[in-house]
Amino acid sequence: MLNQLTLTELVARLARREVSSREATQACLDQIQRVDGQIRAFISYDAADAMAQAEAADKALASGQTHAQRPLLGVPIAIKDVIAAKGQPLNCGSKILGNFISPYDATVVEKLKAAGAIVFGRLNMDEFAMGSSTENSAFQVTHNPWDLSRIPGGSSGGSAAAVVADECIAALGSDTGGSIRQPAALCGCVGLKPSYGRVSRYGLVAFASSLDQIGCFGKQVRDAAIVLKAISGVDHRDSTSVPQPVPDYPAALTGDIKGLRLGLPKEYGLGSPGSAGVSPASAGGLDPEVKQAVEVALKHLQNLGAEIVEISLPHTDYAIATYYIIATAEASANLARFDGIRYGARVAGADPIELYSKTRGAGFGAEVKRRIILGTYVLSSGYYDAYYLRAQKVRTLIRQDFLSAFEKVDAIICPTSPTAAFKIGEKADDPLQMYLMDIFTISVNLAGICGISIPCGFTAWPKLPIGLQLLGKPFGEETILRVAHAYEQSTPWHKEKPPLAS
Amino acid sequence: MDYEAVIGLETHVQLKTKSKMWCGCANEFGAPPNTHVCPVCLGLPGVLPVANEEALRLTALTGLLLNCSLPPYAKFDRKNYFYPDMPKNYQVTQYDKPSAVTGYLEFEFNDSLARVRITRAHLEEDVGKNFHFDRNSGVDFNRAGVPLMEIVSEPDLTSAVMAYEYLNALKDILVYGGVSDCDMEKGMVRCDVNVSVRPKGQSELGAKIEIKNMNSFSGVRKALDYEIPRQIEVLKSGGKLIQSTRRWDDPAGITEEMRTKEFAHDYRYFPEPDLMPFQPTEAWLEEVSRRVIELPLARKRRFIRDYQLPAADAQTFVWDRPLGDYFESIAKQAKSPKAAANWVINNLRAKMTESGTTLADVKFQPPAILELIELVENGKISSRIAQDVFTEMFSAGESPAKIVEKKGLAQVSDTAAIEKFCDEAIAANPGPAADFRAGKTAALNFLKGQVMKLSKGKANPALAGEILERKLKAGMETGN
Ligand SMILES: [Zn+2]
Repeated sequence: MLNQLTLTELVARLARREVSSREATQACLDQIQRVDGQIRAFISYDAADAMAQAEAADKALASGQTHAQRPLLGVPIAIKDVIAAKGQPLNCGSKILGNFISPYDATVVEKLKAAGAIVFGRLNMDEFAMGSSTENSAFQVTHNPWDLSRIPGGSSGGSAAAVVADECIAALGSDTGGSIRQPAALCGCVGLKPSYGRVSRYGLVAFASSLDQIGCFGKQVRDAAIVLKAISGVDHRDSTSVPQPVPDYPAALTGDIKGLRLGLPKEYGLGSPGSAGVSPASAGGLDPEVKQAVEVALKHLQNLGAEIVEISLPHTDYAIATYYIIATAEASANLARFDGIRYGARVAGADPIELYSKTRGAGFGAEVKRRIILGTYVLSSGYYDAYYLRAQKVRTLIRQDFLSAFEKVDAIICPTSPTAAFKIGEKADDPLQMYLMDIFTISVNLAGICGISIPCGFTAWPKLPIGLQLLGKPFGEETILRVAHAYEQSTPWHKEKPPLAS
Repeated sequence: MDYEAVIGLETHVQLKTKSKMWCGCANEFGAPPNTHVCPVCLGLPGVLPVANEEALRLTALTGLLLNCSLPPYAKFDRKNYFYPDMPKNYQVTQYDKPSAVTGYLEFEFNDSLARVRITRAHLEEDVGKNFHFDRNSGVDFNRAGVPLMEIVSEPDLTSAVMAYEYLNALKDILVYGGVSDCDMEKGMVRCDVNVSVRPKGQSELGAKIEIKNMNSFSGVRKALDYEIPRQIEVLKSGGKLIQSTRRWDDPAGITEEMRTKEFAHDYRYFPEPDLMPFQPTEAWLEEVSRRVIELPLARKRRFIRDYQLPAADAQTFVWDRPLGDYFESIAKQAKSPKAAANWVINNLRAKMTESGTTLADVKFQPPAILELIELVENGKISSRIAQDVFTEMFSAGESPAKIVEKKGLAQVSDTAAIEKFCDEAIAANPGPAADFRAGKTAALNFLKGQVMKLSKGKANPALAGEILERKLKAGMETGN
């Protein structure tokens, strides 16, 4: 079935005119019909609009346009509900935006359209990207395609589940503390978080502006490389995007990683296969099966010619606290605009203050409120120096840790998530336990570097995907893609499908 | 006990840019509500700001005009508070790293030069405007995101009128430098005032009271005229003042308390993560410094000093800068710069106003004015004729000498010819001639006028007077 193809395979077939974009798009829509009642990855989608785009793509193909010109021509790609697409709802998994329809395209959506993609669907997420399970969505709970009683990870749980359930060919997500990599790991697909500044944030509804980055989900590494190439680049509408040339990412997938040096952070509790790691950061948190799968992957990478080097990231223990100060501080301001005055849902009040509190009281969920309150607190007069300012200093140290490490190694290797997918509701009442799910992903955002999660095995029972994470230097996406691709192509994991999908 | 006031001003000025601070929308007053808006200035979900370069340049330029230093590192911050006219419910401003710091402004006050220290000038964004109707309210976001500069003074002002003069001097500089039009009718300037009073001779300051959001300089003066005596009265009657914020009620002519310190806003400033810190390069600073103009006061004083002009003329050349430049282009060669100034102001400017033209349209070369003055000084033409020559110069662009020659306008100093005109005038006007003889000396002016008329203005008026007087007196002696 066409919806099961990788992006690379679909492009090849479209290019050979063996299939049409309409057929591929229809196959995705059919799959949504078939499985999304159980998965619940999509908040909404406009089938007619998707088919109209597909028809336009088929015309473009018929008129001689090639994938050399438009690399995603005819490929259905679904979008996390936090990225603006003109004429489509933009809810950020929240009630507070009401019936808001975006009047503009995010830069990434413009770029996808320019590259010929069929941009469709609004993928479920934790409200305003705050969460690690997608349970904080105001719309629905998304279910892990490998076990419907489990969470898909988050906050881009809808994106990961939709790709793994073959409801779309690829998807966009956003990653503020692991929101792409962690659900990719828990659902068993490829999730790429680019370096800060690599991809324009214009049109991404901000959670934490200095940490947010748009990235992509794919069924294999090459797919992610192709999408990354299409959405990257400096944008005059985003002052934090960086004028760094966009490399030909798919060309970096040589399969050859001989001599590459991969760093193993001693603080992450892993050792070379067999040896015991010391683990202050994740003591007790790292699941033995995850640990074992990652250690076997290390061995495999060594066999492929990579050299494993122990490195140190001494400020690891401070990452979660630092993150929750900076992210919530920025969020408290970023979410202030949702006030019921200009757009979105409104609960009337006798005066503006009452209108604000009623609107926001009714519109935001518990986790969002918790973070707004935290962020407001850490910025308050008298607390700013002790919290926000100190967190910024620690952030600099964490970034320094990585930059020093990258003087010795080409990439860093570690688990993506300390455990496989947990049960829906299991951690819902314990936000701190939930925050610990991001232990291996969060530092990457603080440091502004890039990271990718790829499948590296399964737990024994139930069979749940395990993710391997590769971290690269700022703008070092080519290296992590190359390592990820070499690993993927020499292992079977990416070929496994959840029973539901087929 | 005598009291004195200590006043500092925070002046908000809209910058003269084509577009808004973070987006491409027009920075233009008076359009229908919500027509100069886009996703960015409406604060829609997902948008990002991009700083307007020209606004950064104008702020730096203001810093240079106010003798400030321009720090090598400036940044933007978010100031958090909820208000319906604020699209994002935070205002992007420069909190602790402003674009310009520590300068001063000099202005004429009480016949001497006053100097007020400038703490800082920083850049921020304006907010929308709320409107209240019978049954509901609305917000116009055309103004939201217009570049706004805040200039903060040290508490160096001591009276309402001094504050007023400071504001006018500041406005002159900003208008002069092309930084802002400072049109108060259009709300381009707004002030917050910090005022306290203390017993004369006391060094520590009294409780600081802020009066918010006045949109005219006269409003500031009136508010201070009310507030200073009010504070003194409180102290005199044994009361205590506490740090607070007040509102000026213009129609009522009073200030009233809005909130005290304990209810002060906590704005929770933090660095704006969507914008990079601003670190001006040498080349950028060089470009801005090329736009520095001579300050109005400096120009006025220089014109008075270098050209011995009366203050009023110097001021005219300050206000009308092109006219002043025109004057300067000939003043250095002028024997009497004052005379040249008179011609430029009273004749050239008047003619341009009359004909609705500008300096660019003037047909003659500037030194022609000096030639014209020379012709009068040398007695070649009378001042009266000079007016006609100027009119001709203005309309045709020919040189004054050529016009005098072509039209035969040279002054007649030939005694024989003037004697003939005098005889004719006396003969034709026996009445006034008799009056003069009877002792009414004023009648001579009438007869002189007749001679000028007969000579078509060319007779040398002094010579005509002499001859007339001689002839009339001679008549008296002979008994004619
Ligand atoms: Zn705009």
